[in-house]
Amino acid sequence: MRYLINNLDLVGELFLEHLQLTLIVLFFALIIGVPLGVALARLKWLQGPVMGVLGIIYTIPSLSFFVLLIPIFGLGTTPAIVALTAYAQLLLVRNWLVGLTSINPAVLEAARGMGMSGWQRFWQVEFPLALPMLLVGVRLVVLSSIGIGTIAAFINAGGLGVLLFEGVITANYNKIFSGALAVTVLSLTANYGIRTFEQRAERAIHGAQVNH
Amino acid sequence: MTYASSKTKESRVTQSGEILFEDVSKTFESEEVPAVDSVSLQVAAGDLVVFLGPSGSGKTTLMKMVNRLYEPTSGKIWIGNEDIQSLPINDLRRQIGYVIQQVGLFPHMTVKKNISVVPRLLDWEKDQIQSRVNMLLDLTGLPETYLERYPNQLSGGEQQRVGLARALAADPDILLMDEPFAALDAINRERLQKELLRLHCKLDKTILFVTHDVEEALLLADKIAVLRDGKLIQYDTPIDLVTKPKNSFIEELVGTNNILRRLSLVSINSVIKAQERGSSEEITDIQISDAAPTISPDEDLRTALSLLLSSGSDYLRVEESSGTELGLISMEDLKEMLSSNQLIEKKKCDEISD
Repeated sequence: MRYLINNLDLVGELFLEHLQLTLIVLFFALIIGVPLGVALARLKWLQGPVMGVLGIIYTIPSLSFFVLLIPIFGLGTTPAIVALTAYAQLLLVRNWLVGLTSINPAVLEAARGMGMSGWQRFWQVEFPLALPMLLVGVRLVVLSSIGIGTIAAFINAGGLGVLLFEGVITANYNKIFSGALAVTVLSLTANYGIRTFEQRAERAIHGAQVNH
Repeated sequence: MTYASSKTKESRVTQSGEILFEDVSKTFESEEVPAVDSVSLQVAAGDLVVFLGPSGSGKTTLMKMVNRLYEPTSGKIWIGNEDIQSLPINDLRRQIGYVIQQVGLFPHMTVKKNISVVPRLLDWEKDQIQSRVNMLLDLTGLPETYLERYPNQLSGGEQQRVGLARALAADPDILLMDEPFAALDAINRERLQKELLRLHCKLDKTILFVTHDVEEALLLADKIAVLRDGKLIQYDTPIDLVTKPKNSFIEELVGTNNILRRLSLVSINSVIKAQERGSSEEITDIQISDAAPTISPDEDLRTALSLLLSSGSDYLRVEESSGTELGLISMEDLKEMLSSNQLIEKKKCDEISD
């Protein structure tokens, strides 16, 4: 505990670094994953192969994935972001796809029959109805990125993993404890925050009164 | 009552409720047999036409080609003077009401939002949408307190009422209904069938109604198109279908030999008229007893028969609701009507009172 109090500046800085890394990963994951999920929902024959590839990527051990990317992207945050974004795709796309494909077909048929264009159907019907599952994906991506992100410190990506690695090397248990505590706080907060959004989106589509 | 402003009427891509199917066929990609096979059919504006047939007969496919959820493999469909293939697809759909069996209300939208989907797509003014929604709630018999409710807070029957209101929202000339009441319990189904008849008489819409339920078809239709294996077998009024079936398939389907069904299609009124045409002396021969039960001329002969049997009386007195006596009806009359070919179908709209 003493280490944490004495080095609050450092821990805080690493905490923000870690958060930043996670948000950047989430950003890229969404930019790639959301359109990918929509494409898979439309083109069913693509689902098998694409989900297969994403599944294989997900099984690559994180440390070796990071190291594999060093020749291409060098050391630092870039290979970490690339690897974490790649992992994120499975979690994000799988849930988003479930959200999109589990919409009652009658609802979509009604939307089509009433003369909504493709965009209107997406924004007014599909997106809000699949949003809770997208948020489940977002939560998993954030949590896994926070977790796996600690390992990224090994390739100089910074973040709270720095405390863990340095603590292990110098046998400084206080340092390890501080790092672990900070990661836990970050994870629990993120989990709780996103869960709140999830529940709100869930209520909205199940038609209970939503508090605005 | 006006249902929409003239402004919105003018911007429409079609101006008519008349539908013409011209040698329409549809073969789905994965199948060899056509789902719809060279169907030609004319639907007069304002008619309620039922597509009747067993499952796989192509009735739903035929209907879905009108709002182009399916495109015909060959043949043309006209609405008024417009070949629907030449019209912008979403403009066409926005002015054809669409009601489906599973209702398909948007679960994340309130009743009000659901009903106003098409008006909002058409950029109606806020005030105009509000008054339209209120009018439709009233028309479909839903209380105003439902406006802010969500679909899952409503019963099945109420949901389908909202579905109907939603389909009528932009005041379409044509309404497509795909087995809209099939999922409802018997009581709600009957209630909504009656409401639909009332609405049809009041609103003057062309309605295409798909069902596999013969009773429903006979009750609702101005004309029935019977389909089997994608082919149009017979297109006739309910009474002609029952009395002049083209083949044994129709005979079996509509129950030509079912006496009760035949009786249910004929109104008391037509018996009275037939009596007037014939000799009227008979009536004076009968001893009139005040004890004889009375029946409204708008009722059908099935009701008359059951009243004759249950009361044990030899005849019924036909009386309008105002009290004017129109004549008498006896078991003999019923027998005669069944054997004669001059059956006059009950006028559906006459029995509708507001």
